[in-house]
Amino acid sequence: MKKMRVLLVDDEEELVSTMAERLALRGIDADWVTSCENALEKLETRKYDLAVLDVKIPRISGIELGKRLKEKDPEMKFIFMTGHGSDDDFKAGSAEAGPGYYLVKPVDIEYLIRKMNEVIKK
Amino acid sequence: MHLWDKLKPPFGETKEVAPGTSRHLFNYRRIWKSVVLLTGGVSMIPLVFITLVNYGAMQHSIESEFFLRTTRIASNTRRAISFFLTERKAALDFIVHDNSFETLSKKERLSGILKSLKRSFGGGFVDLGVIDSSGFQRNYVGPYSLEGKDYSGQKWFKQVIESGVHISDVFLGFRKAPHLIIAVKRLMPDGTFYVLRAALGIAPFENLLTKLELGGMGDAFMINHEGILQTPSRYHGNVLEKLKLYVPEYSPKTEVLEERSPDGQNVLIGYRYIDESPFILMIVKKKDELMRPWYSMRLKLIGFLLISVSIIMTVILGTATYMVKKIQIADEKRVLTLHNIEYSQKMATIGRLAASVAHEINNPLAIINEKAGLIQDLFILKKKYANDKKLLGLANSILNSVERAGTITKRLLSFSRHLDARIETINLKQTIQEVLSFMGKEAELRPIEITLEVPEDIPPFESDRGKLQQIFLNIINNAFASVNDGGHLDIKAQQEGKNSISITFTDDGCGIPKEDINRVFEPFFSTKTGQGGTGLGLSITYNLVQEIKGKISVQSELGKGTSFIVQIPLNIKNGEKSEKDASFISG
Repeated sequence: MKKMRVLLVDDEEELVSTMAERLALRGIDADWVTSCENALEKLETRKYDLAVLDVKIPRISGIELGKRLKEKDPEMKFIFMTGHGSDDDFKAGSAEAGPGYYLVKPVDIEYLIRKMNEVIKK
Repeated sequence: MHLWDKLKPPFGETKEVAPGTSRHLFNYRRIWKSVVLLTGGVSMIPLVFITLVNYGAMQHSIESEFFLRTTRIASNTRRAISFFLTERKAALDFIVHDNSFETLSKKERLSGILKSLKRSFGGGFVDLGVIDSSGFQRNYVGPYSLEGKDYSGQKWFKQVIESGVHISDVFLGFRKAPHLIIAVKRLMPDGTFYVLRAALGIAPFENLLTKLELGGMGDAFMINHEGILQTPSRYHGNVLEKLKLYVPEYSPKTEVLEERSPDGQNVLIGYRYIDESPFILMIVKKKDELMRPWYSMRLKLIGFLLISVSIIMTVILGTATYMVKKIQIADEKRVLTLHNIEYSQKMATIGRLAASVAHEINNPLAIINEKAGLIQDLFILKKKYANDKKLLGLANSILNSVERAGTITKRLLSFSRHLDARIETINLKQTIQEVLSFMGKEAELRPIEITLEVPEDIPPFESDRGKLQQIFLNIINNAFASVNDGGHLDIKAQQEGKNSISITFTDDGCGIPKEDINRVFEPFFSTKTGQGGTGLGLSITYNLVQEIKGKISVQSELGKGTSFIVQIPLNIKNGEKSEKDASFISG
């Protein structure tokens, strides 16, 4: 079975690197970046099935980043994460990723993987 | 509802809880009093003033009319009496000058003259007598046997010698019957004289005076200058009795004056001194009798005034109460709206703060979560670290703590996010539990025992989660404030029919006095004045319940506890469930 390729974007390096390592332990090919620019650069070199984006990334929001990534790869799927979860974020995130794929930190890794599998199959 | 309930002011029963410089503007009892006094004064003063002026003018006019009428009657009657006396005096003067003493001394002649006088002048003349200068009656014709009588010692005889003509008072004389005398002296060329004397009965005067139409139990009679009645009177004594009333001072014209009679009644006395006679004509009327029509009219006038005053005061009281009530309601609504806005803003600020705090905590929590998760993964997945159960237990413990902390921050976020009005699918038990989670620490510390009973068959329903949470939070807060440490709060939900659920919050706190029970939802009503209560908590709760189309009621017994019952319409939207909520539950 083909390995799931995931791009993790969060400005908290500690979080995103550990999360990538844990996903890797579970057989998921996970890359991580801490800025929008790096995320867009990554997409130039590799194709990803899914991106897990923090909503609050410096300079542009995760939602906006999601839109830009989708322009580059329309088949790409998204899951959003947030520590805040304002109403506006919630609406925008749900609209972009689909209802149910907007998660509040801290996220249980198994739950995240379940959601990732769901969104890939959609 | 009685009329008085509509008229009386209900203001001032509400405790003023908002001190400040504009406090007087909210003193509705004072506003009401000012409106009533001002409007009442402006309406009543002219009405009462005009009525009093009118009353005085009318009374004066009626009294003047009676004075005038009495004056007129007295004048006319005086003229008739004067004419009566003058006419008879002139007739005697003519006879005495037309006949010699010798002629008049003849019985037949004198008798003929008396007959002629009676025929020509009607009643009045009783007899005629001729008296010589020594006072002896030389000739007499009439019903009494008075010939030869000596009048030299009588007063009237002396008067007639002095003045030539004399009209006497009424007296009894030798005949013992009331009469008066008109005597005329004839002076002879040789210096001697004789007197022609006529006695007149008082019947003509009686006839004249009794025929007068006086009204007011009026009485007309004559007195002499000493106050002796010269004619009989209806109410003031018989002829030759002393009049008990005041004998008026001499006046050359007709006068009317008001006096108090010996029996204490006010009387109107019209009088006139009759010239060249000892008589005073008196017209006496009882004032109360005269004024009786006026008293009846006065009663109507006072009745009219009282009815007018009652109607005006009723209208003024009714209008003032209605208007000031409207002002009060408008003010209360305005202030409540302001407080609602303030409250919403406060809640929004708290929400933003909570969200911000939660975010700040969530990120490090997420890192701890991942790090601990990785440790756990390594222990489970890498052989190198396997089988160290103690370290695995420690990692598990960190993860459990992260989960606990995460649950709290998610609740905070959940609560703050729902402050904006939005209809969502509500799980009642979960919503109440979310609210209770904020109060959990206080309940644990005091301690307050909380039981929550929500039947499993209550379906999820559509409502505004933020408002529901605020409603529950306010009521629970209220219950916490009223119970003592060790108290109880029972929250029980049940479905009522297909379209409604009710949630009952019962505490065993201090309870609400009977007189306050109907006012707990009024704005500014607070029993916690001075303890930080604004009197708005339950009022805002009431409004929130109305906004979600629900109902709230209260039952309480002083000293035993209070139950707040919230009824919420059960709007079930089939097949739709908020995914967002699912993420919070399982995420």
